[in-house]
Amino acid sequence: MQEIQQKERKAWLSLMATSPDGALTKLFAQTAETPAFDWLRPPEIGSVMVRGRTGATGAPFNLGEMTVTRCSLKLSTGEVGHGYVQGRRKEDAESAALVDALMQTEAATELQAAVLSPLSQQVADTKSARARKAASTKVDFFTMARGED
Amino acid sequence: MYVAVKGGERAIENAHAWLAEERRGDTSVEELSIAQIREQLKLAVNRVMAEGSLYDPDLAALAIKQARGDLIEAIFLIRAYRTTLPRFGSSNPIETSEMDCERRISATFKDLPGGQVLGPTFDYTHRLLDFKLAADGETIEVPERDAVPETVPHVTEFLNKEGLIQDEAASEDTPPDLTREPLELPADRALRLQSLARADEGFTLGMAYSTQRGYGRTHAFVGELRIGAVSVEMDIPELGFAIDLGEITVTECETVNQFTGSKTEPPQFTRGYGLVFGQSERKSISMSLVDRALRWEELGEDNVGAPAQDAEFVLYHGDNIQATGFLEHIKLPHYVDFQSELELIRKLRREAMERAVPEAAE
Repeated sequence: MQEIQQKERKAWLSLMATSPDGALTKLFAQTAETPAFDWLRPPEIGSVMVRGRTGATGAPFNLGEMTVTRCSLKLSTGEVGHGYVQGRRKEDAESAALVDALMQTEAATELQAAVLSPLSQQVADTKSARARKAASTKVDFFTMARGED
Repeated sequence: MYVAVKGGERAIENAHAWLAEERRGDTSVEELSIAQIREQLKLAVNRVMAEGSLYDPDLAALAIKQARGDLIEAIFLIRAYRTTLPRFGSSNPIETSEMDCERRISATFKDLPGGQVLGPTFDYTHRLLDFKLAADGETIEVPERDAVPETVPHVTEFLNKEGLIQDEAASEDTPPDLTREPLELPADRALRLQSLARADEGFTLGMAYSTQRGYGRTHAFVGELRIGAVSVEMDIPELGFAIDLGEITVTECETVNQFTGSKTEPPQFTRGYGLVFGQSERKSISMSLVDRALRWEELGEDNVGAPAQDAEFVLYHGDNIQATGFLEHIKLPHYVDFQSELELIRKLRREAMERAVPEAAE
């Protein structure tokens, strides 16, 4: 197994967790055959308690829960993958765990190009479209000419 | 005498069948899909997520469909579902300073870093019915403008730098959780905020309005209101580090309130805080006003006996599922209870009549 930077792994896991419903599974299916694997933990739906901070910076408090699907698996070649995705999405959780495991193999370069990069682009496009609309509603104050002189 | 009664099963089954038919309505009208509710009734979905205390837009949309648009019934369905989920853990506190703001306004400063961003708001609309919506189909071109990536600091941060507002010191204490332990008094601020975040919007609005009208007035300004997406990060034990688990939209309101100072504190502004799932600014502003009113004790203010200052009154009556559960149970069969009441009143009347008769005879 090649040496993996924790930062990179965090980045791809975070990307897959927040990806739109079905997008990851679709890209993954187009790219790779599902490799042989065993479940360490089959997909399960649960919740995570989301916390906020009093006054945005103070003591933590419990805001409410969100749904999360997770699973873990081990490829026949030994790599372990964990899938965590927001919502109730067992297929996407499985794809995320498979990609996480395969990113630790020689398939990493191909997966990065064919799955993670396009997914990242999709997420970025959605974000940027909303940011551009928000920017258009930003107020430009101007001072009216005063009728004194 | 106690008489066991059975029956009603068939009537109940038939009532449920009719309910399902009524839910569907006229079948010549196209059926509503979950996606339509999620996308086009987003604010209803937001309310169900906030008060159901579970962020999942598809589930909230399903609940609204099943509840025929009765939002409290939908919230009930979500609360019930929530209890069936295993909990994987708790997130790190969300960083609202890193929000992708879709709306961000301040009523206290006109010019501020990040600017005033109106977002998709009802404010400044004329509240006239738009009959074009009743005709079919409309697609609108939304103007766009290049978004300059910039940090959008919290307004209270500016005031804090000058020491003009009460500091909100960070801590990493594990907050109490009313979904695990019953809500008991005295409730600290973390517990009050959890309770208010899931409290009924109407109740919270009424309480907040009462403080504005003078029942425990706190002179609130909306220092800042921001709506947008934030990442939810959690430590994953099997990985040994934290990842983003998802992204949620929240509404945050920070109020800046008057304060005259005390023996230990110089005069400074104080804060009220509101944080709610989804785009929900009425609820968020209400929450921050009520939060501020409930802080009278820790800020050394007088208890003027206002309802919004009474933590027991506010926290024990704000949950619409508890309230409606207790309220609506009185329509269910109370035949035996009522039978004993009937017998008692008959006896009292008989006794009263017997006393009256000899008097009349005299």
